[in-house]
Amino acid sequence: MSPKTLYDKIWDAHVAHEAEDGTCLLYIDRHLVHEVTSPQAFEGLRMAGRAVHAPDKTIAVPDHNVPTTAGREDPANMTEDSAIQVAALDKNAKDFGIHYYPVSDVRQGIVHIVGPEQGWTLPGMTVVCGDSHTATHGAFGALAHGIGTSEVEHVLATQTLIQKKSKNMKVEITGKLRPGVTAKDITLSVIGKTGTAGGTGYVIEYCGEAIRDLSMEGRMTVCNMAIEGGARAGLIAPDEKTFAYVQGRPHAPKGAQFEAAMAWWKTLYSDDDAHWDEVITIKGEDIAPVVTWGTSPEDVLPITATVPSADDFEGGKVGAAQRSLDYMGLTPGTPLSEIEIDTVFIGSCTNGRIEDLRAAAEILKGKKVKVKRAMVVPGSGLVRAQAEEEGLADIFKEAGFEWRLAGCSMCLAMNPDQLSEGERCASTSNRNFEGRQGYKGRTHLVSPGMAAAAAITGKLTDVRELM
Amino acid sequence: MDKFETLTGIAAPMPLVNIDTDMIIPKQFLKTIKRSGLGANLFDEMRFDRQGNEVPDFVLNQDAYRNAEILVAGDNFGCGSSREHAPWAIKDFGIRCVISTSFADIFYNNCFKNGILPIALPKEAVDVLMKDAEKGSNARMTIDLETQTVTSSDGEVFAFEVDSFKKHCLIEGLDDIGLTMAKADSIKSFEEQAAQARPWV
Ligand code: SF4
Repeated sequence: MSPKTLYDKIWDAHVAHEAEDGTCLLYIDRHLVHEVTSPQAFEGLRMAGRAVHAPDKTIAVPDHNVPTTAGREDPANMTEDSAIQVAALDKNAKDFGIHYYPVSDVRQGIVHIVGPEQGWTLPGMTVVCGDSHTATHGAFGALAHGIGTSEVEHVLATQTLIQKKSKNMKVEITGKLRPGVTAKDITLSVIGKTGTAGGTGYVIEYCGEAIRDLSMEGRMTVCNMAIEGGARAGLIAPDEKTFAYVQGRPHAPKGAQFEAAMAWWKTLYSDDDAHWDEVITIKGEDIAPVVTWGTSPEDVLPITATVPSADDFEGGKVGAAQRSLDYMGLTPGTPLSEIEIDTVFIGSCTNGRIEDLRAAAEILKGKKVKVKRAMVVPGSGLVRAQAEEEGLADIFKEAGFEWRLAGCSMCLAMNPDQLSEGERCASTSNRNFEGRQGYKGRTHLVSPGMAAAAAITGKLTDVRELM
Repeated sequence: MDKFETLTGIAAPMPLVNIDTDMIIPKQFLKTIKRSGLGANLFDEMRFDRQGNEVPDFVLNQDAYRNAEILVAGDNFGCGSSREHAPWAIKDFGIRCVISTSFADIFYNNCFKNGILPIALPKEAVDVLMKDAEKGSNARMTIDLETQTVTSSDGEVFAFEVDSFKKHCLIEGLDDIGLTMAKADSIKSFEEQAAQARPWV
């Protein structure tokens, strides 16, 4: 048999039909659904008189525009249009008989945190969701990618997706990370190197010692942002850490089935002599704690650097850099560590898991915030409960953080959690686009530790100085 | 779905790289449960000020381009979120074709599901078409999907690549779901075989 990559293996195991021109019907094992990108898909099913093909493989949770403050079960406490979308999801889940975690359920949270937490996401699966950060689930060695609403409807109706195979890219992070450097710094540094279109047409497999050394939470952070590098999906081969994470989760296989599953999962790795269309290698020791300075996730620099000038770039990027600098209100040559911050946001499907909250709390312990506003939004109700049990919630609250309920919140600011014009935020989320966190809001993407450090000093800060 | 065969129309130049889906349709307009009506808010934060007045500099606010049916844009158009509201807004505004050097994957797929043709061309070609688009409303480009060509207003012809299946569906205006459902037997036999091989799924 010819050698295969991990992507090749998962792909081959899911092709339900292949046409002569290579267009395939890829069978989908898990379909995750949220309130913003699904209403029109369900409406399409109704209009065509179609059912959901595999309701037991379809899981829905409202997350994008739910408020993260108390009393949100009452639709009167949501804006009218948000309440309509959440009510539509409630109804669609019920009418079509799919698994559902309503806002009142402690298991509710960001769809990409809930899926793995509940054991819906397993190695070797195909996972899709009408959301680009579906890439997150690749941390389990699952082929996971975002789809549009027409494709959501297609998967609901047929449990398949029309796909052509992508190319294979290997991103290897060798050796050890230095202290204070996290999964977020890895994934941002990779995008800084490849650019936001560098991964277009590829599925990326992340490998190397620094990736192996990451926890499952860290691996999810890395894969989460594969989409920011333009890739269709990010993957990490499953190993003992993956199996240990999965075992015992509510929807993971049990007993003999778990053993059988493990036997297959252990075959899920890229063969030594597999073909790669592109290989990128980064030394773990070369990665520093980073921040973004502009309005594209590729605008990444070590915290020790200074704000660049548009002249440092070439081609179309010159204009884009100038536009970013104007939007961000930054002067070239300013040390990044002198940029003052108004708001700190810790949360999102990139960094809203328990390990992220622990990392931030570690820095915040016994300190007070200096920024105007600081907010922690746990990724799920269960992450929140665990953080409370571990005493992390108290650390955040004592430091002056708001301790919120689970949801996407200020990651995309569809709920009331938004930046105001010109407000500058250190955020653990994944997108620093213009207006992403609020009209004319300014976002600097950072790791949870760096976000906590900025909260304490009121400026972008090298977390290593506080460790 | 609407068919796409040929199109001759005004092209609006947007020489900005990395135009993301948050710019194309900001999140406050994602709260709809419909597909229609989003054109009014296409590029909302670039097109209007906070009071809802048009920003005169913005290309689609200029008389020459109000009826543009083609967009010529910088690299990596449509990056960011998977929101299909982006192509819905583009289509609702009246734009049927976007030309760039490259597109983000999900956006690219979403276009075909909505009767929009995204065309990726080499940088030199996009530069020529960008200049052509800058000439305003008298300069009309022609897109021919059957022959896979873009013709500038001065008659310069550029050939583009497009996946044969996607092309077929766009020209015929075919509904993917109907096509896939015709392969129900393949899906069923796959499910039987997968249930044996991976019963835990
Ligand atoms: S947390 Fe942010 S990136 Fe993640 S699913 Fe929600 S909105 Fe999307």
